[in-house]
Amino acid sequence: MATANFSKRATYLDEQFRNTYDSDNTVFSPQGRLHQVEYALEAVKQGSAAVGLRSKTHSVLLALKRSTGELASYQQKMFRIDDHVGIAIAGLTSDARVLSNFMRQQAMSSKMAFNRPVPVNRLVSAIADKAQVNTQEYGRRPYGVGFLVIGQDKSGPHLYEFSPSGNSYEYYAMSIGARSQSAKTYLEKHYESFADCSLEDLIKHGLHALRETLQQDKDLNVNNTSIGIVGAPSVHENTTGISFRILEGETIQPFLDTMVPKDVPATAPAPAATTDEDVQMTE
Amino acid sequence: MDHFPTNWGRPRNDAFDAYGTYPIAQRPYNGPTTDAFSEGIQHTQQPIVTGTSVLAIKYKDGIMMSADNLASYGSLARFKDIQRLHPVGTNTVIGAEFTQQDGHSLGPSEIHEYLSHVMYSRRSKMNPLWNSLIVGGFKDGKRFLSYVDLLGTTYSASTLATGYGSYIAQPLLRKAVEGNEDVITEDEAVRILEQSMKVLFYRDARSLNKYQIAKITADGVSVSESRSADTHWSFAEGIRGYGAQTQ
Repeated sequence: MATANFSKRATYLDEQFRNTYDSDNTVFSPQGRLHQVEYALEAVKQGSAAVGLRSKTHSVLLALKRSTGELASYQQKMFRIDDHVGIAIAGLTSDARVLSNFMRQQAMSSKMAFNRPVPVNRLVSAIADKAQVNTQEYGRRPYGVGFLVIGQDKSGPHLYEFSPSGNSYEYYAMSIGARSQSAKTYLEKHYESFADCSLEDLIKHGLHALRETLQQDKDLNVNNTSIGIVGAPSVHENTTGISFRILEGETIQPFLDTMVPKDVPATAPAPAATTDEDVQMTE
Repeated sequence: MDHFPTNWGRPRNDAFDAYGTYPIAQRPYNGPTTDAFSEGIQHTQQPIVTGTSVLAIKYKDGIMMSADNLASYGSLARFKDIQRLHPVGTNTVIGAEFTQQDGHSLGPSEIHEYLSHVMYSRRSKMNPLWNSLIVGGFKDGKRFLSYVDLLGTTYSASTLATGYGSYIAQPLLRKAVEGNEDVITEDEAVRILEQSMKVLFYRDARSLNKYQIAKITADGVSVSESRSADTHWSFAEGIRGYGAQTQ
């Protein structure tokens, strides 16, 4: 379960007043909070989990893809922004498309003007500033999507979290989305070893962190997991070059094979659609 | 919901804001563009105050550039202490401060690329920045030397020159430098430029015998104090009349 960000007492006091101060984006609550922005952050927490981590040489993203049912495909969670930048999303996919399109335009325009790939921190600041506008203008709603952004530039590999509040921070490791606190617990335990990890070990850590966000009877497989990498290729890849790439399907099986099997003894998996928590039922 | 009536019914500009997401203050304005102020805007049609040649060469340790200190007002040698060589950041000579807050710096190649976009877009709006610029620099062990002008034309070579220099000095620079970029020492490079500046002073009627030499190497940028070339004008004593006519 995701732990609450605020103390219990503060939340109780706040509950009484919440409804009067939460419909307009431009109204503070007496506690100095913007509830609409906080509700937007809730939308991010509804999306399926994504994990990001980096070493001295690589940055990687791992995401859990959701499917609306057995007949449907899995929702894409990662997007390439430029050769050296990629993102994983959690939240409203439509908002993600708009923001990632904007990121692509910014990256391209900066590359054209200055004949060099855009520094990753600049790019993230651009969407952070853009998202902040929507938290301060009347009649506009905040974006309902959060990103984990990985990239490589002159100052090495990077990982950033972007949130609809307009905040962005750089991290050694981070996770967003549903039950991401469990992944964060794993990452906090192991992050000190990430800097010197090989790419394979880094991805193994990421997969373990991502698995923490799953239900007991679920596991990562080639259909519901995608891996994004920026940096030199791993031993399991056929590519050359360090550009951002997304690995999905059978190509990720070698990475899944490096994982330590789950402690719970495997029961015959027979997931009925109604009990599968990762599946969103449409009305 | 868009609460601002001035934006209702306006076509959105798909070119840069397909989803109408920009802050309202920056939304594209589709109304009349002329106003009292714009009546007064002029477009550069001809240069008034001008500088003459700039020379630049690659040598063993980096780049060397020279330009005289004169800004002419037509045929009047009006401003005689103008510095036309400008350091940019830590490793380029031409223009303004280019190291940003977050530690990412723009090197000579990025600056040149940016300038070429600016120059060409001004030219395309029929309002040029009436300049011929040479951008020279040294970054990550590599020498950079490129030209960009008021038309947006760009090119690169081991020797570059603008104005009269491109006619009078360029052959001298090419003879001395081409093929020898990696062996020419600093003193040799200075002598090459000094010789060309001397010839230009003799032949360019809008030049001045007071110039500076800039050097960009791994150690950074330095622009010298103004100096002059030795010239001999004693032949003038024996001249009578103009050309073939001797009084």
